[in-house]
Amino acid sequence: MAQRVIFSEVKGWGPGTLALAGFLAALTLIGGLGALIMETEGHWLTGMTNRIVWGTPHVFAVFLIVAASGALNVASVSSVFGRTTYKPLARLSGVLALSLLAGGLAVLVLDLGRADRLIVAMTTYNFKSIFAWNIFLYTGFFAVVIVYLWMMMEKKMNRFSKPAGTFAFVWRLILTTGTGSIFGFLVARQAYDSAVMAPMFVAMSLAFGQAIFLLVLMAADRGAGLGLGDGTVRRLKNLLGIFLAATLYFVAVQHLTNLYIAGRQGVALFILANGGIYTTLFWAGHVVLGCLAPMALVFHPATGSTRTGVAVASALAVLGGIAQIYVIIIGGQAYPLVLVQGMEVSGTVLDGQVAAYAPSAYEVALGIGGVALALLMVTLAVKVLPVLPTTLADEAVDPHCKPKAAPPATEKAAA
Amino acid sequence: MSDKDAMELTRRRLLQGAAAAVLTLAPGVTLLVGVETSARPAGTAVTAKNRWGLLVDLTKTADLGETVVAACRAENGWTGHNRPASDPQWIRTVTLKDPKTGGTKSLPLMCQHCAHPPCVDVCPTGASFKRADGIVLVDRHICIGCRYCMMACPFGVRFFVHEEVTGQKPHMPRGKGTVEGCTLCVHRIDEGKKPACVEAAAAKAPGAMIFGDLNDPNSEIAKAVGRQVVLRLRGELGLDQGVLYKGFA
Repeated sequence: MAQRVIFSEVKGWGPGTLALAGFLAALTLIGGLGALIMETEGHWLTGMTNRIVWGTPHVFAVFLIVAASGALNVASVSSVFGRTTYKPLARLSGVLALSLLAGGLAVLVLDLGRADRLIVAMTTYNFKSIFAWNIFLYTGFFAVVIVYLWMMMEKKMNRFSKPAGTFAFVWRLILTTGTGSIFGFLVARQAYDSAVMAPMFVAMSLAFGQAIFLLVLMAADRGAGLGLGDGTVRRLKNLLGIFLAATLYFVAVQHLTNLYIAGRQGVALFILANGGIYTTLFWAGHVVLGCLAPMALVFHPATGSTRTGVAVASALAVLGGIAQIYVIIIGGQAYPLVLVQGMEVSGTVLDGQVAAYAPSAYEVALGIGGVALALLMVTLAVKVLPVLPTTLADEAVDPHCKPKAAPPATEKAAA
Repeated sequence: MSDKDAMELTRRRLLQGAAAAVLTLAPGVTLLVGVETSARPAGTAVTAKNRWGLLVDLTKTADLGETVVAACRAENGWTGHNRPASDPQWIRTVTLKDPKTGGTKSLPLMCQHCAHPPCVDVCPTGASFKRADGIVLVDRHICIGCRYCMMACPFGVRFFVHEEVTGQKPHMPRGKGTVEGCTLCVHRIDEGKKPACVEAAAAKAPGAMIFGDLNDPNSEIAKAVGRQVVLRLRGELGLDQGVLYKGFA
C-alpha cells in the first residue's frame, strides 16, 4: 500500500554537497568567462565561420532545451496520465525541466553576436519567425512549469495540478515541435527542410530528458539516501529504451526519405557514408553508442536490473544525444550549399567544399558551463525547496507493490 | 539634420538629376548611364512602384574577374583580416561546373534580393527586412547576431562580423556581432546612382551586369529580361529574386 508522499528539502551541507556545488559553480564561471572573451574579442576566436555559423554552443543549447522538454515527462505521466507511482518524482521532474531550459537558454543567449541586445529580442518581434515563436514558447515554459510546480507543492492548489500538468504537457510538445521546426523550416539546406524534424525532436526530447532524469535521480538517491526502489528504476529505464527506439525510428525515416530523393542523395550519403567525422559520429556515436547500446543495456535482464547498467545506459544516451545534435547542426551546415541542382560550385572557401570546423575551447567551455548551470540549479533547488520525497522505496510509492519474497534463509529452514 | 544640411542635400540631388538629364541628351553617350534610376526626393517613402533588380549576363562575366569584388569592397568599406572563412565577402565570384559536360560558367554571387526572402522570414526581431522596392537589408540597430538568417539563406551571402571593424564608410555603418550583406548599394540607388559593382562591370565588360527597375517596362533591364530566358538560382524555392542570370545555357 502506498503511503502519503512526504517531500522535504535535503538537509545539511555535507562536504560532498559543497564539493559538487563548488565544482558546478566553477564550471559555470568558466563557461561565463568563455562567453565574455567571445563577446569582447569577437567570434573569430571560435571555430565558427561564415559557413559553420552555429557551432558547439548551439549543440549544447539545443540539447539542453530539447532535454528540458523531455525531463518534464515524468511529471506528465504522474499528473496527466494519473500514474500515482510517478507522483513522488514529479517535482524533481519539473525542477529539472526548468533548470535544463535555463542552462540551454543561457548558452544560446551568450553565443549571440550581441548578447547585450537581449532586451531587443524580448521586445521586438517578427511573428513570421519560428525563432520568435520559440522565444514565447521558452519563456512561457518557465511560467507554465513554475505554476505547475506551485499547484503540486501548495496543498490547497493540488486539485489544479492535473489541468496545470496537462497544459504543461501540451506546451512542451509544442515547444519541442518549435525547436525541431527551427531546422525543419530551413528550405535553404538539404540536411534540414523536412517536416520530420519536429516529431524527431519530440522523440529525442523524451529520450534525452529521461536519460538525464535517471542520472539525476540516481545521484540524488546516493546523495540524499532516498532508498530508491528497483520498481521505479525499472519503469523509468524501460521508458528510456522505448524513447530511444522512437528516436531511431524518426532518424531512419529522415535519412530514408533523403536517400529516396535523387537530388538529396548527396547529403544523405554525406551523413551516412562519406562525411568523415560526421559519419563516424552518426553511426558510432549516435546510433550504436547512443541508442542501440543503451537499449541493449536497459532491456537485457542481466544489465537492466542493475543500477550500474541503467546508469551507463543513461550516460550513453546523453553522450549519443549530443553526438546526434552535433551531426544535425554542424554536419548539416558542413555540407555545401547547392546553387544550381546538378552543378558543382567552386570559388572561395565558402563554396562547393565540405566546411571545416574545429570547436574552440571557448565554445566548449560555454556549452559545458550551460550543463553545469542546469545541474547547479537542481542541486540548489533540492536543498532549499521540498522537491525530493523522503523515501522512494517501492513499498512507499507503488500501491501495487507486492511484498518481497521470503528471504532464502526461511526457504532453507522450511526445506 | 540642420536646415542647411537638408538644403545642401536637396541641391546635390537636383544637380545629380540635371547631370543625368544632360547625359541623356548629349550625343554619343550611352543610354545606360544615368537613366535607369532617379533620385528619390528626401523624405519620400520608398514604394513598391519600383522593383530594383540586376541582370547578370553569364556570357560576359568571364572577363569580370575580381573587378566587381574590388569595387564593392571600396564602396562599402568591408575588409578582411586574412581569415577567409570568417571574413566578409559581400560579393564573390563562383564557378559553376556541369560535371557531365565539363562546361563552366563564372558568376558574381551576392544577396539575391528575393521577393520572398527566407532571411526575412526567420529573423526573430525583424532586423532582416525587405524594403518596398525589393532591396533586402539588415537593420544593424536591432540585429542580435543570432545568425538564423545565415542558416536560412540558400546562397550563403550573409556574413557575420566576427571581429572589430575599421575603415567604415559613413554611408555604410557596420558592427561586430551583427550580420551584413550586399545592400545593392542602397545609398547610391537612393541618390539616383547605380550599384558600385554595376558601374565597375560596365567599364570592364559592358553589358555583363544591367541594373534597373524591373517594374518599369521601358527600363533596359525590363526589356532585356522580357526577351530572355533568365535563371534564378535555386528557382525551385520560388523566392523570386531581384538578381537574375542569363546566358547560362
